[in-house]
Amino acid sequence: MAGAVNLLVQSHPINSALSLIVVMGSLAAEYLLLGAEFLAAIQVIVYAGAIMVLFLITIMLLNAGKEERTKGSRVAILIGVPGVTIGAVLVAWTLVGRTSTTHLASIGALWGAPKDIARLLFHNFLLPFEVTSVLILIAIMGAVVLASRPEAIAQPQRSRPVPQETCELVVTGKDH
Amino acid sequence: MTANPYLWLVPVLPLAGAAINGFFGRGSSKKAITAIALGFCGAAFALALFLAAGFSSASAPYYYDLAHWLRSGSFQVDFSFYLDQLSLVMLLVVTGVGFLIHIYSVGYMWDDDGYYRFMAYLNLFMFFMLTLVLAKNYLVMFIGWEGVGLASYLLIGFWFTKDSAASAGKKAFIVNRIGDFGFLIALFLMIKHFGTLDFTHVFASVQTLPTETAGAGLLSAIGLLLMVGAAGKSAQIPLYVWLPDAMEGPTPVSALIHAATMVTAGVYMVARSSVIFERAPMAMMVVAIIGTLTALFAATIGIAQTDIKKVLAYSTVSQLGYMFMACGVGAFSAGIFHLMTHAFFKGLLFLAAGSVIHGIGGEQDMRKMGGLRVYMPWTFVTMGIATLAIAGIPPLAGFWSKDEILWRAYNASWVYWLIGVITAFITSFYMFRLMYMTFGGEYRAAAAQETHGHDGHGYGHGGPHESPWVMLWPLIILAVLSVLGGWVAGYNHHFENFLAPVFQGGKAVAEESPEAGKSALEYLLMAVSVSVAGLGWLLAYLLYSRRPELPVRIAAWLDGLDEAVAHKYYIDELYTALFVKPLIDGSTTILWHGVDQGVIDAAVNDSADAARHVSDNVRHMQSGNLRSYAGWVAAGGAAVIAYMVWMGVR
Amino acid sequence: MVPLSYYLVLSGILFACGVLGFLIKRNIITIFMSIELMLNGVNLSFVAFAAQWHALSGQVFVFFVMVVAAAEAAVGLAIIIAVYRTRETLNVDQVNLLKL
Repeated sequence: MAGAVNLLVQSHPINSALSLIVVMGSLAAEYLLLGAEFLAAIQVIVYAGAIMVLFLITIMLLNAGKEERTKGSRVAILIGVPGVTIGAVLVAWTLVGRTSTTHLASIGALWGAPKDIARLLFHNFLLPFEVTSVLILIAIMGAVVLASRPEAIAQPQRSRPVPQETCELVVTGKDH
Repeated sequence: MTANPYLWLVPVLPLAGAAINGFFGRGSSKKAITAIALGFCGAAFALALFLAAGFSSASAPYYYDLAHWLRSGSFQVDFSFYLDQLSLVMLLVVTGVGFLIHIYSVGYMWDDDGYYRFMAYLNLFMFFMLTLVLAKNYLVMFIGWEGVGLASYLLIGFWFTKDSAASAGKKAFIVNRIGDFGFLIALFLMIKHFGTLDFTHVFASVQTLPTETAGAGLLSAIGLLLMVGAAGKSAQIPLYVWLPDAMEGPTPVSALIHAATMVTAGVYMVARSSVIFERAPMAMMVVAIIGTLTALFAATIGIAQTDIKKVLAYSTVSQLGYMFMACGVGAFSAGIFHLMTHAFFKGLLFLAAGSVIHGIGGEQDMRKMGGLRVYMPWTFVTMGIATLAIAGIPPLAGFWSKDEILWRAYNASWVYWLIGVITAFITSFYMFRLMYMTFGGEYRAAAAQETHGHDGHGYGHGGPHESPWVMLWPLIILAVLSVLGGWVAGYNHHFENFLAPVFQGGKAVAEESPEAGKSALEYLLMAVSVSVAGLGWLLAYLLYSRRPELPVRIAAWLDGLDEAVAHKYYIDELYTALFVKPLIDGSTTILWHGVDQGVIDAAVNDSADAARHVSDNVRHMQSGNLRSYAGWVAAGGAAVIAYMVWMGVR
Repeated sequence: MVPLSYYLVLSGILFACGVLGFLIKRNIITIFMSIELMLNGVNLSFVAFAAQWHALSGQVFVFFVMVVAAAEAAVGLAIIIAVYRTRETLNVDQVNLLKL
């Protein structure tokens, strides 16, 4: 939780990324407590290890600096924030009042063994498994296409982009 | 009742003529148009004569059911035709006089561009009038009633490019409609209480009801409402205002519609409904009073008119008043008799006036006429005969019918008789005034004519001249009828005996049969009316022939009264101020600005504006700003969560 | 012997933080990270329920969520790079092409 809050508070994206890594790690620990050992491992390896590294690479690639203060959207602040707080409070209140307080898995009872999960994955959830592999393939292809450099790239324009050319650029990815 | 399969042909023949001329007449030759129009009208007349020849009182009345029309529960109305003695008289008058006027119109309207249209309208009018006269139930009669109003509108506004003519047509139709409203309410009452509109059934039901001597009741209401309709159609007080304006139409129209036939539809209708009126004495008294007052009122206006046709128009209103007076005192057959003779001499008067107008190139102001007896001898003679007839000089037709009315009026109340006699005096006066101004003395327009040449002439003729023979023959025939018509019908109460089966059955109390001879009192009254007519002639002679400068001095002396009479007692202005202007102003402010612009237009415009405003405001949601989108999503999500929580809690 | 509701509340708070981050932050990468945070919060609640009802399918679902998150992160970052190339800014308020 502290990590989450910190993500919000920090102004430099690197710091936010690092606090997110903290959140990931603590979540892994939570999973362990809940007896999902496989998931805990996956969390650390995939999330904290791969995705966050990707984020960090991108931040450093794009040389993202401190956030500027720009005029934002009033709507987001005025309506969104109260909305989400109200939603969260409602959910919390409901959950606290409704769900049972029976004990959960005690520490040490690790029942989410990889063998069992694998059995489920390849028997009951085979179709989603295959579909997700296709999904990953598509994601890879998309990422490669999107991030590929155009053939001839001129100096990025320093001035505020002119609508017409920008439109063309964004749509086709070509400079002219 | 016997069936007669020829009845329905009589109205339909002119309809066919109207259709042919109306659709194909535009490119046809005038000869062809004339042949069609005269052919079909003449065929109707011939058929009427044939029916008359075959008519026998024993097998009368004849009827014929042409087709089914309405069936609603127990109420039914069919296209049915009916011929009894009353219808026969009307039929002969309508077809006969109508045919003569068709012939006259050939000459009068020959040079007009809309010749085919005129002939088509004339035939159309004949169709509607014959439907009215031959109807077997009130609804078919109403078809004819409305239709003659329509034909009247079309024909009055025949020269529709003239503003005054178009307005006159409008005025006629609208005032007629007011009367029709009363007629309709009467029909509704009949439907409600008798469940039928058929003459025989209605009259049979009425005869089971008692006479309403103690004031108003159902029959009085029906009678009064019918009278409202008749007042509109036959130009009685207070709905007479359209008839003088109707002189904007061509003269044959005035002769046919506003003298001989359409305006008599009201009298016919009242006579037909005699059974109802006999049982509603209050309504009959109202009819008589309206008739009497109208007769006097219109006659006084006629004295001061300078337009030859307007004099005749007011004279028509006045004579119609006589007819209603007759019906009002129970002398229905006398009223119909006067209707017949009036058709002869008033039709003749109008046609002759048209001949005069035609002969002097379109001039209608009597002050510019004079001395025309030299130029138009035939017109002069025939018009003179008609004037004698209308003044009531024996032994012409008018004398017989008018005298009969005055005698019966006297039997009802001496007040009616006195007013009738005064009106006769005035009638004689203004008619002879018309004759002297038009035909006597020297031609006053001669000097003016020389100065401005042929400019003022409507038809571009040179100098006053007699009309062509196609126009003169109808005049002569009508003149003969004016002389003989009364004699033949009135002698020995032939006419009344002929119509007796129609009216006798309706009487609540059986009357004693008319005496074969005449009593001394009747002879005395006859003498009074004749002498009064002579006095009128004398006065006109004095004022307009011997000392023509006198009328102007008298008019100056009676200045205010003269102004009022010349302006028709300002009745038109009164109506405008009372009804027309408030209606137009109300329509403008309330209905136009208020409802049409304020409510309807505003509703449409404002709904469009509202849509625009709403979309203007909603547009701001699409800002392209990611965070605002997210904000809306979060808010929406919170709303959904709240709803679900609330549902769960309930 | 931790009651289930605690885990769920934590999950809710994490999610809420994610949404707040999405709304408040201006740097697009940070916004992306908030999305990841949201996903993690959801994962936690899945695992909690799986633990309570001893249903392993809950954990399998978390597995799938992670896979999808990974794929999405990859594509999203690629998009960010492409946008950065044209707009030369990472400020999300300046990438509103609807307004010309």
